[in-house]
Amino acid sequence: MAKVSVRFFARYAELAGCDWSAITVSTPATVNDVIARVREVFPGTQAIPSRPLAALNHRHVKLDASVNEGDEVALLPPFSGG
Amino acid sequence: MMHLTRHPLSIADLLAEVQSSERGGTCVFLGTVRNDADITSIDYSAYEAMADEEIERILAETHERWPEGRVTLQHRLGLIPAGDASIAIAAAAPHREQAFASCRYVIEEVKKRLPIWKKELHADGTATWVDPSGQPVVEGLRDR
Repeated sequence: MAKVSVRFFARYAELAGCDWSAITVSTPATVNDVIARVREVFPGTQAIPSRPLAALNHRHVKLDASVNEGDEVALLPPFSGG
Repeated sequence: MMHLTRHPLSIADLLAEVQSSERGGTCVFLGTVRNDADITSIDYSAYEAMADEEIERILAETHERWPEGRVTLQHRLGLIPAGDASIAIAAAAPHREQAFASCRYVIEEVKKRLPIWKKELHADGTATWVDPSGQPVVEGLRDR
């Protein structure tokens, strides 16, 4: 098992009802597995697209990236900076 | 200089970071909050730790592409009134072609890669999250 931090931002934080949570997943695990667990724990996040943008430890990653104990996974709405 | 700030942007501070007597061309880009559709202000939020690191990566890539130039940027966060700048980029290089090209590269990468979001606040008290195409995705009452 691995405990990871999950961060939510902007609209996704509103859907989750929080901007941070700790999630435990069975290992080996990917970002996709973390997202699947998030959808179970926070039903509001089922409105998030099935393949959202994601970051792992502050870097853009694909959803099949491996996650490990202590990692930080972020689910990112489409960007609108600038 | 911090790349993310909650204060009005200072072009003079950005220019001081990039200009020198070897760099004959300087280009400044400003992104400004428009007053479309009765927008009174935009509330910018960010995944700040990642945005800081991503800005450093973009600037490092820019330096690799245009090693004789210097580029920097600041993005403002928080509530920004219509008419104020939300982003400022300054690029200086020996010649104008590199200055324009490197400035353009930075704003395009910022748009694609920086985890920053905006919520438009309207005169009637409603608020709207904005997606990259400029379309509203969620509407609700202003939360501040």
